[in-house]
Amino acid sequence: MQKLLTWIDDRFPLSKVWNEHLAQYYAPKNFNFWYYFGSLALLVLVNQIVTGIFLTMNYKPDAALAFGSVQYIMYDVSWGWLIRYMHSVGASLFFAIIYLHMFRGLLYGSHRQPRELIWIFGTLIFVALMAEAFMGYLLPWGNMSYWGAQVIISLFTAIPVIGNGLAQWVRGDFVVSDATLNRFFAFHVIALPLVLVALVFVHLVALHKVGSNNPDGVEIKKKKDAKGIPLDGIPFHPYYTVKDIVGVTVFLMVFSAIIFFAPSFGGKFLEHDNFIPANILSTPLDIVPLWYFTPFYSMLRASTTDFTHGMLAVATVLVAGLAFFTKRGFLAKLMSVVIAAVLIVGMFTLQAKLWGVIMMGSSIVLIFFLPWLDRSPVKSIRYRGSLYKSALTIFVVSFILLGYLGTKSPDAVSLVLFKNVTWAQAFTLVYLAFFVLMPWYTKIDKTKPVPERVTFK
Amino acid sequence: MSEDGVDRGKRRFLTALTVGVGTVGVVFAATPFVLSMNPSARARAAGAPVDIDISKLELGQMLVVAWRGKPVYIVNRTQAMLDRLSKNTPLLVDPFSKVKSQQPPYADNLYRARKPEILVVLGVCTHLGCAPSKAFTVGAASGLGADWPGGFFCHCHGSKYDMSGRVFKNVPAPLNLDIPPYMYLTDTLIRIGSDKKKGAA
Repeated sequence: MQKLLTWIDDRFPLSKVWNEHLAQYYAPKNFNFWYYFGSLALLVLVNQIVTGIFLTMNYKPDAALAFGSVQYIMYDVSWGWLIRYMHSVGASLFFAIIYLHMFRGLLYGSHRQPRELIWIFGTLIFVALMAEAFMGYLLPWGNMSYWGAQVIISLFTAIPVIGNGLAQWVRGDFVVSDATLNRFFAFHVIALPLVLVALVFVHLVALHKVGSNNPDGVEIKKKKDAKGIPLDGIPFHPYYTVKDIVGVTVFLMVFSAIIFFAPSFGGKFLEHDNFIPANILSTPLDIVPLWYFTPFYSMLRASTTDFTHGMLAVATVLVAGLAFFTKRGFLAKLMSVVIAAVLIVGMFTLQAKLWGVIMMGSSIVLIFFLPWLDRSPVKSIRYRGSLYKSALTIFVVSFILLGYLGTKSPDAVSLVLFKNVTWAQAFTLVYLAFFVLMPWYTKIDKTKPVPERVTFK
Repeated sequence: MSEDGVDRGKRRFLTALTVGVGTVGVVFAATPFVLSMNPSARARAAGAPVDIDISKLELGQMLVVAWRGKPVYIVNRTQAMLDRLSKNTPLLVDPFSKVKSQQPPYADNLYRARKPEILVVLGVCTHLGCAPSKAFTVGAASGLGADWPGGFFCHCHGSKYDMSGRVFKNVPAPLNLDIPPYMYLTDTLIRIGSDKKKGAA
C-alpha cells in the first residue's frame, strides 16, 4: 500500500493535497453552529449535480414536450419522483444554506481583510446560483415558469437603446418560446454548473490560502507553536470532518422530511401555478417568484416614479454633500460631482422601470463592496458595539419582510397601516442604507477589546 | 537564462502586437457564437397576421387571441366606458398618445382605435411583459380603490391602464399599452398584424 502511494506521489501530489487541505489544514478550534453551512452548501451542490444528471436522462427541452416529460418523470420513471423532489427541494435548501452562510460572514466579519477575495468569489457564486435557479425554473414549462421568465428577461428592455435587441438575443425569439427553453436548458445543465464548480474551487483555494476566520474574528496564524502550527488550530481532518458529518446528518433529516412529507412546501418550493402548462394568453393571477428571489423582487416592485425620484434626489444631495465635505483629494471630489450630475440627468431622462432594475442590481452589487464599506477595527459581532448590532438586526428583519412582501400583492395591506408597496419602499431604503451608511456607523461604533486568543462562548 | 543583448523595447512591442492580433482573432471567432443566439430565420418568419371574427363579442366583453405568441385583447367598449376616458386625462402619463412607438397613426386618438367602441390592444404590460387582466368594474367593487375608473390591472407589479390602454401615473409601467397594426376586413372581421389593404404584412 505504501509502495502504491509512493508510486502515485511521484506522479501526482496526492499526499501533498490531502495534507494541505485536510490532514494538516489548521482551522480555528472554536467553530460553532454557523460553520456548518459551508460544507452543507457543497453537499447540496453535489446533490443538485447528481440528481440533475439523472433528470436530464428523461427530460425533454422542447416547448411541446417539456411539461409532459416532467409528468412522465413524476409518474412513470422508477423513482423519478424522488429524484425530481431531491432536485427541486435541494434548490430551495441551497438558497437557505447560502443565505445563512452569508449571514455568518456578516456576524463574524468573514469578509474582512485578508478574506476580501473569498467574499467576492462567494458573492459571484451567489449570482451564478441565482442565474442557475432562474434558468432551471423555466424548464418544467409550467405557467409560472413561463411568466417568470417573461418578466425577468423583460428587465433587459429597460436599458435604453440596446434593451429590446438584448432581450431578443437572450430569448432567441420575440417572446419566451421554444428557443428560449432550449438555450436555458443548455445554460442550466452545462454552462452555469461549470462556472459554479470553478467558482467554488477558487473560493476554497482562496480560503485555504488565508485560513478560516472564526467567531472571535482573531487571526490564529499570529500565535504559532515551535513547529509553526497555530496554537488555536486543529487539523480539519479528522476534527471538522467529523463535526460536519453531524451537520450533514441533521440536514439530511430535514431534507428527507421535506421531500417525503411536504415536497412543494405549501406552494413555496413548487408553486401551484406551475402545475398548469405554460399559457401564453394568461398570466397567473398572483405572479410570484420562488421565495429566495422575493426580497429582490420586492425592491424591483418598489420603484414607482415618485419613489425613484425621491430616492434620486436624496442620493444626489448625499453625493454632492460628500463632494463638499470629504477630506480626500481632488479626484474624490470630482468623482462625487460627476456621480451627482449623472444622477440628476438620469432622473429626468430614464424611466422609473430602469431605476427599479438599477436598484435591484445595486442591491446585489453592494454586497461585493462589503469588505471595503466596513470600517470597524474589529471583525466579530462579539466585540462590536450596539450600532452595528442594531444595524444588522434591522437589516435582517427588513430583508425577511421584503421577502414576505414579495409574495403578496403590492396594493394589499399585509402588514399594518400602509400598502405593501409603501412598506417595500421603506425596507428597500433600509437595505440600501445598511450598505451605504456602513463606512460611518462602523467607524464611530464603540468596540470592545478583542482577545489575543480564541475563546469558547 | 541570460538577459544579455535582449532588446526589451522590441520584445514588448512584439508581445503587445501578439496580444492585440490575438484579441482581434478572439472577437472574430466569438462573433458567430454570439450571433447564433439571435432570433433564427424561422422565428423571424413566424408572425403571420390573424383574422378574428368579432360578431359574437358582446358589449362590455373582452376577447383574447394570440398573435406572434403574444396575447391581443379585443374589447367591445360600452358608451359609459368611452365617456369616462376623457376624465382620466390628468391621471395619465401620456393621455394624448404622444409616444409614436405605442400605436399606429390611426390609433392616435382618445379611443386609441379605428372605431371608438372596439379596442384592439396588445396584452403585454409595458413594464415587464406580463398580461394585464381586465378590471372593467368601476369603483370599490374592483378592489382597486373607490376612484378606479375601470381599465386593466397588471398583477405582476401593480401597473394600471385605463379603458384605452393608457397608463396611469405612479405605476411601474412607463408607456401606454401597444396597439398592434390592424384593419377591418369587414365590419366584424379584424385582421391583426397587417394594416395594408392589399397583400401580406
